[in-house]
Amino acid sequence: MASTGIIENQFLETELNVSAKRTETLFKILFMFMAGLLILPVLIILTTLVVKGSSMISFEFLFGNPTNGMTEGGIFPALLGTVWLVGVALVISVPVGVAAAVYLSEYAPDNWFTRAINLAIINLAGVPSIVHALFGVGAFVIFFGFGTSILAASMTLAVMTLPVVIVATRESLQAVPHAFREACWNMGATRWQTIRRVVLPNSVSGILTGVILEVSRTTGETAPIMFTGAAFFIPVLPESVFDQTMALSLHLFVVSTQVPHVPEALPYGVALVLISMVLLMNSASIALRMHLRGKKKW
Amino acid sequence: MDSGIDMNTTTQTEIEANTELAIGTSALNLWYGDFQALYDINLAIKQGVVTSMIGPSGCGKSTFLRSVNRINERLGYVIINGSIDVFGNNIYDPEVELVQVRKQVGMVFQRPNPLPTSIRENILFGHKLHNRDKKYSRDDEDEIVEESLQQVLLWDKVKDHLKRKATELSLEEQQKLCIARLLPVKPRILLMDEPCSALDPKGTAAVEELIWELRGKYSILIVTHNMAQARRASEECIFMLMGKVIEHTDTADMFVTPQHQETADYIEGRYG
Ligand SMILES: Nc1ncnc2c1ncn2[C@@H]1O[C@H](COP(=O)(O)OP(=O)(O)OP(=O)(O)O)[C@@H](O)[C@H]1O
Ligand SMILES: [Mg+2]
Repeated sequence: MASTGIIENQFLETELNVSAKRTETLFKILFMFMAGLLILPVLIILTTLVVKGSSMISFEFLFGNPTNGMTEGGIFPALLGTVWLVGVALVISVPVGVAAAVYLSEYAPDNWFTRAINLAIINLAGVPSIVHALFGVGAFVIFFGFGTSILAASMTLAVMTLPVVIVATRESLQAVPHAFREACWNMGATRWQTIRRVVLPNSVSGILTGVILEVSRTTGETAPIMFTGAAFFIPVLPESVFDQTMALSLHLFVVSTQVPHVPEALPYGVALVLISMVLLMNSASIALRMHLRGKKKW
Repeated sequence: MDSGIDMNTTTQTEIEANTELAIGTSALNLWYGDFQALYDINLAIKQGVVTSMIGPSGCGKSTFLRSVNRINERLGYVIINGSIDVFGNNIYDPEVELVQVRKQVGMVFQRPNPLPTSIRENILFGHKLHNRDKKYSRDDEDEIVEESLQQVLLWDKVKDHLKRKATELSLEEQQKLCIARLLPVKPRILLMDEPCSALDPKGTAAVEELIWELRGKYSILIVTHNMAQARRASEECIFMLMGKVIEHTDTADMFVTPQHQETADYIEGRYG
């Protein structure tokens, strides 16, 4: 099979291809590096907390009262307080947020009223948390007369999370194909019947996930609860929503900056518990999403 | 020479048969905001007949269809005047209940849109919706499911897996299912907006066969871009152009001796 002449294969690479390929690799590596950078802070924070704080974690720490001017003992009142605050905020913001999102997504005509609501949502999402805190004091503590209490603090948190709950819910609702709604309407279903039987069942996974993610975010909020319901130190556990309470985030602030002679590991221990709560809720949300997506119906 | 007499006799019979009409419109105009999509539509669509509606893209076929089951009004900016009578009743009368109109006038879309539940649930959806006040046993429901699927020639294929997701069926089967799920509510008119355009030729043939099968039991109004389909699968044909009805006659006549130049041009493919 000796060939007489050298026939150049016309598909060989050219100078230009080589340079394009080099640039391609360069950018890929650059972008990958930037994306990888993202993991760094998470890793550093987590390892620091685990290394310095895990020695604190014990049954007495989780379920005991702080003692000796908060330099010893446990964090139970703060832990329980955070659960209270987040729980009550959830009970307020989820029904309101979901209902508002259903209205905006399924009923609202395109008019000035709807546009005003949308504008309000965007702006509410941009309000700094310290401003929410002052609003909470004015509105819930003073005007509605709830005093500094779990209720006032949770309502402040609820107002703060409302826009995100609405946006997350609305996105999940919009992800349900329009054709399903049309199919229902054309069989004579009312809007509510359509929402109830087709839209909500098919968007519940997205709504739940969004809501849980939002809730986990409020767990760490400090400013909005500081003036409205959370206290530095209260030796008794809250009994109703009208009591004040301790909270993990505020407790962390207090033991790291306000109290002298705190053992070094204590703030790390508190932070570790706080971040574990957040991560736990996030994982629950992801697990739920995966579970429900497995059952996705279209 | 006798075309004048012809005209007279048709209008005469039309007036007499008015209550026999499936859909009758008079001076129907429709605007999307400032844009007028339908101009002075006067149509008399007979009961128990398959009527096809043809015309170039954007001429208002879907708009007309969608105003017969009043789904257009959802858009706040739609303005309608004139009247649409379904079996002699003005459906735009203020006293009319929308749900009752939708029950009688079923609609099938271009893309099959089964609900993301089982085949069985799809069939029973409308039925359950409209019979909330009555109790039906499982056997009754099974019967409804079987009867509906039989009517659309789908029963033999799916009877052993009624619990399967409807969205897993082939497009042709999905489209048949979408027709079947209208039937338990006992509609009298079926509106179909290009029901075959998402299907392959085999699926198209199967759905056409089904439409032909349903003829007589339901009054069917079908929009199509497929001239051959209009010719094969309809008894009467309406040609629309730029929001106006140009011609409405027997399908056979329209394709052999169109009365208007525009119709002839369109049929011969001189505009898309
Ligand atoms: N929701 C709407 N808002 C504004 N204009 C519309 C709307 N729907 C349709 N139109 C306009 O009305 C006219 C008729 O549209 P229609 O959808 O009824 O046409 P069609 O005959 O069904 O066309 P096709 O064959 O492409 O489906 C078009 O010019 C279209 O742009
Ligand atoms: Mg159309």
